[in-house]
Amino acid sequence: MGDATTIPAINGATTVRAPIEKAFRIFTTSFDTWWPREFHIGQAEMAEAILEPREGGRWYERGVDGSECDWGRVLAWEPPLRLLVTWQINGSWQYDPDPKHASEIEVRFTAEGPEQTRVELEHRHLDRLVDGQALRDGIGEGGGWSSNLALFARAVATEE
Amino acid sequence: MAAYGEPRLSLFGDPSRRAIFELLARHPWSVGELAKQLPITRPAVSQHLRVLKDGGLVFSRSQGTRRLYQIDPAGVAALRAYLDRVWDQALGAYQRAAEAAPDDL
Repeated sequence: MGDATTIPAINGATTVRAPIEKAFRIFTTSFDTWWPREFHIGQAEMAEAILEPREGGRWYERGVDGSECDWGRVLAWEPPLRLLVTWQINGSWQYDPDPKHASEIEVRFTAEGPEQTRVELEHRHLDRLVDGQALRDGIGEGGGWSSNLALFARAVATEE
Repeated sequence: MAAYGEPRLSLFGDPSRRAIFELLARHPWSVGELAKQLPITRPAVSQHLRVLKDGGLVFSRSQGTRRLYQIDPAGVAALRAYLDRVWDQALGAYQRAAEAAPDDL
């Protein structure tokens, strides 16, 4: 198993002009309305990205062909202050059901005013993904990880 | 985190470097082969490869007399850099959606 400090956590933050309840609601129940379409796991184009609004809920995508791909699970559901979900997509771009290989995303919402909310995100335990067997073994030319990196590179190129 | 923001910008902040990264994500190439596909010189390609290599996103290996470059798919830095950009874009999209949505949504 990797050292817990191998990969630093990713920290992101944004401030939105919206009350905290709305900020939480858009992030969670309206997840599908804003998640960038190019970031999907399944072979099919993504029709919908769903975050089930409860502890233990699924976080997954549904493809245009009806297929579903899990991303993770909801570990903590504390509206409007905090959301904790797992991200269990390994290097072969597959869902790894083993909780020991689950990275975590914590999102904290802080009201800075009646119409302004600070949203802070931390994606941590990334080393657990690297510890997954698939990431060590499943890398081949044209495989999931490299082709998704190519998709990603194109997405970045068009964005900027 | 500021300490990690700068390397990220320098890794992806240049269009030629992104183009090289994209080519390598699909196929391993030598410096010369990369230069043929891009409007930049071989020394410029080499320079970008060095940055990507130092950033842990690509590595090189010898194949006969050729030196091939490819992305490091198992690389910790590649994984982190990828997810970092995912969240960067996702949070931006989220902010725009939250501010555009009607209050009663």
